[in-house]
Amino acid sequence: MNTVALVKAAEAGRRGKDVRSDLWVRVAPRQAGGIDLNLESRVALYYGEALRQQIVGVLTRLGVAHATVEVDDAGALPFTVEARVECAVRRALDDTTPGAPIPSPGPAGPERPRSPRARLRRSRLYLPGNEPKFMANAGLHAADGIILDLEDSVAPAEKDSARLLVRYALGGLDFKSAERMVRINQLPLGLSDLNLVVPMAPDLILLPKCESADQVRQVDEHILSIQKTLGLSGEVWIMPILESPLGIQRAHEIGSSSPRIVALTIGLEDYTAELGVTRTVGGAESLWARQALVNAARAAGLQPIDSVYSDVADAEGLRRSALEARSFGFEGKGCIHPAQIRIINEAFAPTAKEIDWALRVVAAFEDARKRGLGVVSLGTKMIDAPVVHRAERTVRAAAALGLLPAPSDRAAADEGRRDP
Amino acid sequence: MTRARKVDLITNGAGRPVPVEVNGKRTRPFAGVEVARPEGRHASPPIRSCADYPDDGNKLLPDLETALERCGLRDGMTISTHHHFRNGDLVAVPLFDAAARMGVKNLMWFPSAAFPCHEPLIKHLDSGVLHHIEGSLNGPLGDYCSAGKMSGLGVLRSHGGRFQAIQDGEVHIDIAVIAAPAADSFGNANALTGPAAFGSLGFALADSLWADRVIIVTDNLVPFPCVPWQIQGNHVDHVVQMDRIGDPALIISGTTQITRSPDRLLIAEMVARFIRDAGIMKNGFSFQAGAGGTALAFAVYLKELMKEAGVKARFIRGGSTKYLVEMLEQGLTDYILDGQTFDLEGVRSMRDNPRHVATSPLTSYNYHGKGNFASQVDAVVLGATEVDVSFNANVVSHSDGRVLHGIGGWQNCLFSKCTILAVPSFRDRLPVIRDRVTTLTGPGELIDVVVTERGIAINPKRQDLLDAIKGSSLPIRPIDEIDAEVRKLCGGAPAPAKLSDEPVAVIKWVDGTVLDTAWRVA
Repeated sequence: MNTVALVKAAEAGRRGKDVRSDLWVRVAPRQAGGIDLNLESRVALYYGEALRQQIVGVLTRLGVAHATVEVDDAGALPFTVEARVECAVRRALDDTTPGAPIPSPGPAGPERPRSPRARLRRSRLYLPGNEPKFMANAGLHAADGIILDLEDSVAPAEKDSARLLVRYALGGLDFKSAERMVRINQLPLGLSDLNLVVPMAPDLILLPKCESADQVRQVDEHILSIQKTLGLSGEVWIMPILESPLGIQRAHEIGSSSPRIVALTIGLEDYTAELGVTRTVGGAESLWARQALVNAARAAGLQPIDSVYSDVADAEGLRRSALEARSFGFEGKGCIHPAQIRIINEAFAPTAKEIDWALRVVAAFEDARKRGLGVVSLGTKMIDAPVVHRAERTVRAAAALGLLPAPSDRAAADEGRRDP
Repeated sequence: MTRARKVDLITNGAGRPVPVEVNGKRTRPFAGVEVARPEGRHASPPIRSCADYPDDGNKLLPDLETALERCGLRDGMTISTHHHFRNGDLVAVPLFDAAARMGVKNLMWFPSAAFPCHEPLIKHLDSGVLHHIEGSLNGPLGDYCSAGKMSGLGVLRSHGGRFQAIQDGEVHIDIAVIAAPAADSFGNANALTGPAAFGSLGFALADSLWADRVIIVTDNLVPFPCVPWQIQGNHVDHVVQMDRIGDPALIISGTTQITRSPDRLLIAEMVARFIRDAGIMKNGFSFQAGAGGTALAFAVYLKELMKEAGVKARFIRGGSTKYLVEMLEQGLTDYILDGQTFDLEGVRSMRDNPRHVATSPLTSYNYHGKGNFASQVDAVVLGATEVDVSFNANVVSHSDGRVLHGIGGWQNCLFSKCTILAVPSFRDRLPVIRDRVTTLTGPGELIDVVVTERGIAINPKRQDLLDAIKGSSLPIRPIDEIDAEVRKLCGGAPAPAKLSDEPVAVIKWVDGTVLDTAWRVA
C-alpha cells in the first residue's frame, strides 16, 4: 500500500456545545513515530476504544503512517467518523487537486436491490449534506425518497466534507424503503461529486439548474464511466431540476436526452428570481412554467415532480399546494421537513372515490374484452383507451400503497351497485 | 473529599446487590413486585392541645429562624420541603442558611424532589449542617452524591414511596416547612392564587399530617379563611411571611414545550396510534402523560385521534399542561386528576374548573394503602434512560452510573394497565436498549410496551396486547430486533461502564424495599 505524507495541518467537522452527532478532527504532519491520537469524546466511556480503532483504521486505509491527530467527538456515528477523518486527511495533503492523491473513488458500497424506474416518487426529503445528525433516522419518516444535498444547503468551503459525509452515509446507513437520491452541484463541480458518490450506488442523481441536454449527457457519461471502472452494474437514475426560463423552454429536449432520466422537477425560487418576479402563495407567476414542465415530462414519458413548499409551519398551505400540484398532473413534491411528508404522501395518493372509479373502469374494460366488445362503457358513458390507461395507473398506485379494498369487500360493493 | 464506606451487601430479588443497612437503619431487600407485605400500624404524630395555640388563630412569627427555634430545631433532625416550585424554589436554601446560623449540625433534608437551584446547599453538606439528603438528586447535587461526597447514603423514592415511608414511619419528619402561594395566619393554605401559584399542594400533604412540627411559609397572606384549604391549619404550628417563595418564571416546568425533533414527534405519534390500534382508546378510558416534549406531543396526537373517532375519556391523569386543559374544556375528558400543574393554564383550570381535581400521592400513588388509582389508568406514557431486552428500565441514572434525576411518579405509574416507555432508540450514539440497565428502577414485568422511532416492542408477557394490535400498520417488532439494528448503526454494543463497589445511594421500590444501588462514580 502506498503511504502518503501530510503536507500541512488541516481540520474537518464541527465542535462546540451545541454540536451533536458530529466529530471534529485535526491532523498535522509528523515525521515519524506513527499516529499520535489525542481523543476526546462525549461517549468515550462506551465507544472510546471503538473510536480509536476506527480512526487509526481510516488513517491506515488512506496510507497515513505518521500524524498528530486531535479529535473532539460529539457522539458521531461510524459513517461520520469515517467521513470527517478522511476529509481532514485530504485537506492536509494538497489543496490544488482535491482528492487526487488518495486512491479514488475507493471501495464501493454494499450490493443492494436497485430502485425501479417506475415507482412512487410522491415525497422526497431534502437533507443538508454536511449535517450528520439528521441522516441516521431520515429513512424512518416514510418519505418515498431521501435527498442528500450537496448543493444549496452546503457552504462553498464545505463542499468537500459534505461529499464525503454523503458518500459514507450512502454506504453505512439504512434509509429503509426510501429511494436514495443525491443532489449534486451545478456542473462542472457536480462531476467531482459523482466521483465519490456513484461508487456507493445511489438510486438517483438530481442535477440542479439544468439547462441543456448536453449537461445531462455529461452526467450520464460520467456515471457510466465510474461504474465501468469499478465494475458496478445497476441503473443510476437522473432527475434534472429545471429552475430557469431556459431550462423550462428546453424541458422536452432535456427530458429526452437520456434513457436514465425518470422524472423532471422544477425549482421555483431560482426560476421566479430569473423572471424578475416575486414568488407568491397563489403562484400565478409560475403557472405556465409548471404546466409546461408537466406537459414536457409527460411527452417524454417521465414523472413530473413539483417544487418544495417552503413554509414548514403551514400544514394547510402545504396540503392545498400539493393538491393543486396533483391537479396539474404532478406526481410528487419536495419536502424540507419530515412533518411535510405525510401531508404530501396523502395528497398524491389516489382518493377512495378515485380508486372506486378506477376499479369500475378496469372491470368494465375487462368485461368488454372478455365479451369481445370493441366499445367499453360504464353506465351511460363510453370509455376511451386513454381513460382506461389512467384508471389502470390509479389502480397500480393504490395497490402499491395498500389502498385497494379487500376483494371480498369489492365484490360486495359491486353487488350493491348492480342492484339499484 | 470522598468518604469511603464499608457496607454489607445482599443480593435482592432482582439480582442486584443492595446495602443491608442505610443511614443507620436496617432495610428490606426487594423481593418481587408484589411480594413484601407491611406489618404494624401507621406512624403517629404527637397529640397537641388548642391550649397551646392562640385562640385568635394567629400563628404568625417574624421569620424562619424564630419558627425553627420555636419548633425546637436541633442536631440530627429531619427537615422536609416540597418541590412544587421546581427550579424556582426560594425557600429551601434560606431555610438551611437559617439552620446554619443557628449552629445546628447533621440535619437530614427530606424534599419531595431537589432541583439544580439547590446547588447552594452543597456548602451545608460540606460543612456538616446537612448530613445527607433523602429525595431525588439531580444536577449538581446528583453529581455531589455520585462522587461519594455526601456523609450518608442518598435514598431515592417515588412520590408514592415517599408517602409510604412517612406513613409507615420509615422516615420521621421533625419539622415540615411547607411553602404555600396562599395562606392565612392560622395555617390554612393552598397553591391556587398568589404570585407563586402552582396549583396543588399535594406533595406536602403527608408532611402536614405526620411531621412533629409544621411551618407554613407564604408570600401571600390572606385573611382567614384561606380556602380551599389544601393544607389544613389544624396541622400547622407556625406561619412565616417571606417576600418571595418561588420564581414564577421557573415554577413553570422547563419541559412544557412540545418537541420539535422529527424523531420524537414520530415516537409520540406512534404511541398515540398504538393506544388507538390496541383498542385502549375507547369511550370512558383513561390515560396519563406528563410533561416532557414527547409526552406533550403524544397528548396532542391522541387528542386528534380521539376527535376523529368521537371518543371521550373518563379521566386524564396529569401533570397537567395547557394541552390537557384544552381537552377538558373541549369535552374530550370528564376529569383531569392532577398531581401537579406544569403551566399557568393548568393552575387556572384547577382553580376555576371543578372537573380539574387536585390529587395527592395518597390517592394516586401510595402503595401501602387500600388501593390507589394508578392501577386503574388504562395507559401511561413514560420516559427512561435505558431499557433492557427483558423490559427492565432505568430512569434515575446516566449510563455511567451518575445519579441523573429522581423517580418522581414513574415507579407508581408502572402499575397502569398498559405501561408504555416512549424512548429514542439511541442518544448521542449510545443505544437506549442495553444488555443490563445501569440502575434498575422499574421491573420489566410491569413494562408492557417500548416505543422507539425504529419500531414498537411489546413485552412477550402481554400476549393480550400482541393479539389486540394485530392488523395495525404500526411497526411491531421484537425488542431484540430493534436492539440489533441500533447496535449495527452505532458500531457495536457500548462498553459497559465500570462502576465502583461503593454505594452512594439506594433506589427504593414502592413498598419500601431496596430495589438497587447507585455506586460512586470516579
